Amino acid sequence: MKAKFLEHCPGTLKPGSWKISVKAGGWEPITGEVEEKESRGEESRRSFLKLGAAAIAAPLLLTSLGSAARSRRRPDDDEDDEDDDDGALLLLLLPPPSPATIPWQIELPTAIDQLQPVVLDPPPMAVANTAAGEAGRAPHQRWNELYETPRQYPPVHYELSAKENPAWVFNPAYPPQRIWGYEGNTSGATTPGPTIFARYGQPTILRMHNRLPQDHVGFGTPEISTHLHNMHTASESDGFPSDYYSVNKAGPTLATPGEFKDHFYANIYAGYDELQNGIGDPREALGTLFYHDHTFDFTAPNVVRGLAGFYLIFDHIDSGDERDPSPSALRLPSYPYDYPLDFGDRIFDQNGIMIWDQVNPEGLLGDKVIVNGYIEPVLRVAARKYRLRLLNGGPSRFYEFYLVRPNNVVQTFTYIGNDGNLLPAPLFNQYKVRLGVTERADIVVDFSRYPLGTELYLVNRLTHRPGETRRPKDVRAPGDRLLKIIVDRYPPEQDLSQVPAVLRELRPLDPAEIAAAPVRRWDFDRANGMWAVNGEFFDPQRADAKIKQGGVEVWELFSIDDGWSHPIHIHFEEGRIISKTVEGEEVSVPPHELGRKDVFVLNEISSIKVLLRFRDFYGKYVMHCHNLIHEDHAMMVRWDVVTDPNLADQVNETVAAPEEELAGPPVEPSNDNAPRQRRRNR
Amino acid sequence: MNTRRNLLAGMGAVALGGLLWNRLPVELEHAVAEEIDTGSPSSYFPNVWLYTHEGEKVRFYDDLVRGKIVAINMMYVMCTGACPTMTANLRKVQQMLGERVGQDVFMYSITLQPEIDRPQHLKEYVEQQRILPGWKFLTGSPADIRRLRYGLGFYDPVPEVDNNLATHTGMLRVGNDRNQRWTMAPALADPERIITTINHVDGAMVHTAYMSGDAAVHLG
Repeated sequence: MKAKFLEHCPGTLKPGSWKISVKAGGWEPITGEVEEKESRGEESRRSFLKLGAAAIAAPLLLTSLGSAARSRRRPDDDEDDEDDDDGALLLLLLPPPSPATIPWQIELPTAIDQLQPVVLDPPPMAVANTAAGEAGRAPHQRWNELYETPRQYPPVHYELSAKENPAWVFNPAYPPQRIWGYEGNTSGATTPGPTIFARYGQPTILRMHNRLPQDHVGFGTPEISTHLHNMHTASESDGFPSDYYSVNKAGPTLATPGEFKDHFYANIYAGYDELQNGIGDPREALGTLFYHDHTFDFTAPNVVRGLAGFYLIFDHIDSGDERDPSPSALRLPSYPYDYPLDFGDRIFDQNGIMIWDQVNPEGLLGDKVIVNGYIEPVLRVAARKYRLRLLNGGPSRFYEFYLVRPNNVVQTFTYIGNDGNLLPAPLFNQYKVRLGVTERADIVVDFSRYPLGTELYLVNRLTHRPGETRRPKDVRAPGDRLLKIIVDRYPPEQDLSQVPAVLRELRPLDPAEIAAAPVRRWDFDRANGMWAVNGEFFDPQRADAKIKQGGVEVWELFSIDDGWSHPIHIHFEEGRIISKTVEGEEVSVPPHELGRKDVFVLNEISSIKVLLRFRDFYGKYVMHCHNLIHEDHAMMVRWDVVTDPNLADQVNETVAAPEEELAGPPVEPSNDNAPRQRRRNR
Repeated sequence: MNTRRNLLAGMGAVALGGLLWNRLPVELEHAVAEEIDTGSPSSYFPNVWLYTHEGEKVRFYDDLVRGKIVAINMMYVMCTGACPTMTANLRKVQQMLGERVGQDVFMYSITLQPEIDRPQHLKEYVEQQRILPGWKFLTGSPADIRRLRYGLGFYDPVPEVDNNLATHTGMLRVGNDRNQRWTMAPALADPERIITTINHVDGAMVHTAYMSGDAAVHLG
């Protein structure tokens, strides 16, 4: 059986092509040369795998292995594999690699599955309709103003059900198996779920049913709290982690359980109150969002099960119509040539069944990448421009994508948006996209440059050490081929789409405003075998910051250690990176990060200063590491937007701590929950 | 699902054999062999023999975890770091859980110093900390305890951290063996927050927020 599969995958997995490598601290292909190394690759400390391998043996062998000597990193040590003989054992904690897959058998649909509106029965209400089975959420904020009162477009209603699909086929080499996904207008849950196409100015209700099997056994918990990642939305619709629900259970911040919950996406731009124009500031428009489960303590297993889907939002500028006659419209490639792609790492047992280790404090790094739910699928495209929206859906792997020809020659494209937000101007002639967990990149690829029949591959060249979830390792060509693209037809109509030289205006940074803004410091660190923020672990009932509605603050994100990367996600509003440091030295912010972001990848011994506003809504929100293992091991803080200024924190309006104080105590004072003392015990 | 258990079980046979077998204490060899013989097929966790602070000899999985909702942490009697605070905090959890402890929810603390913390020492600790009945403190052979610690995910991949008792895990492993649902809570977290996580995995609890009896009646 195995031999038969292997015939189909020349150049991928062959018998004998893997070995247990002490050098790599795990399984590694026997072939595979380093063709390039990224400049910071030499920063690598020994991987946790090597270390972890030693950890099993360590209690027995520590003395003989001389761990103290091994823990020293040599300066300018750019060969990071030389000291691996201490890594003999941790590889045994790793599952073996996933079985071989058969590439390029499953074809992705040529147009993404678009969720269609429905008539909701019963109709949505401001207050939770608990009598009809809605979970006991807080009332929708600004309901009369943003839903009942006529706006730019009439309200639209959608309905999704989180549900099990018992027979999902990731790849023809693997048996049909259960996944969790979302079911929309047609029967059968999919992962990712159907894509919602939304419009600014149109109040949108998403009624999310929980039809997961309540008697589920195994990883994943059958309660849900659906977060719409980077939506500017009221707290009760944000998918706060402890707002999880099922018909049998209510999270600690919900009053009662329920079979469904209505999420009200007002689809206003941030700055609604500030501009008083009835829609907000178009410079704050979002574009590529995704909904995913955010259940407290169980986000990783539930997302690994498949609970994620896209939500794309359009306006008069990014109008979703490449033939839009309006002069304000950019006419970027539009549906069906606007195509989101969700990448997620997964690992499978020897029977081809997806696995997850619920008690592994490092999680499990997937060695297979699912692309819109399939391993090594094919996307057939027309010879014209496409807008591809790339999402790193997690749980832990980082990617650096390249588009290559079969001979691995790298192809160029235009980078138009990061974290779902259009950049002020396109970045032309780009050839790579790096994405930490839940970062997004919108790129435009012009396939009219290629003759029909051309085959291209989207590859990932960023590696992790086997099993290491804490951070990526280095960039190696030619990389793993994740998606095959075949240019197989001419478009039925002329391609009128374009990428104009100006995309979406950015609000200028005001140095005076930044200088006057309170500075709040957040340290992302490790403590007690878990992951902490300012030495604290997440408590959904404790707000670690209270911010006055309408406030403007500078948040400094710090990582003072050198063993991990944290993709930090801040809910509610986009931030602007003001500055970055690495090892205390200011470094330049790359062009694609100069727009608005909601995920800030905090690498080792570094800091990022972010300007944030807190407008239009109030309530409880979170900031967390979006490496889902770190998130579920408590690297998350609740912060609240409050309307009463007397309840807001009085934050020091001082400039950042100088670098020699990197290890100093957190600056952030919190005036609530005083009895809960701050504890730090590494 | 049971990858970790299989790997732990297989650890002895496959790799230790080639690399390190000769250097292992007899004790570990024995433990590994036993696991392969009698390990429970449905558990994440090694089914090692342990002693409770009351001197009872028990199998970890068969007697303490199988079919139960459990909360498990690690400590040691001589610990002057986080353990006393954790124990005091978990005692609050125990008090707040009331009658559920020992009936619906089972609390276990496993020593990190099994060679020192024998059952009678743990018994003294239980009395000194005024732990209520229904919460068992556990010791065993050092090799078994180590394997259990790894099985529970209570390790750090960095050996310098893993071997330093001062940086030992502050996690409380929380789970329900009936539906194989496992997660964790920080043992130093607010007791109400810990109970939230226990209530989450407890199928009998509709409201996961901690409520005193009166408050629960009010919510109906």
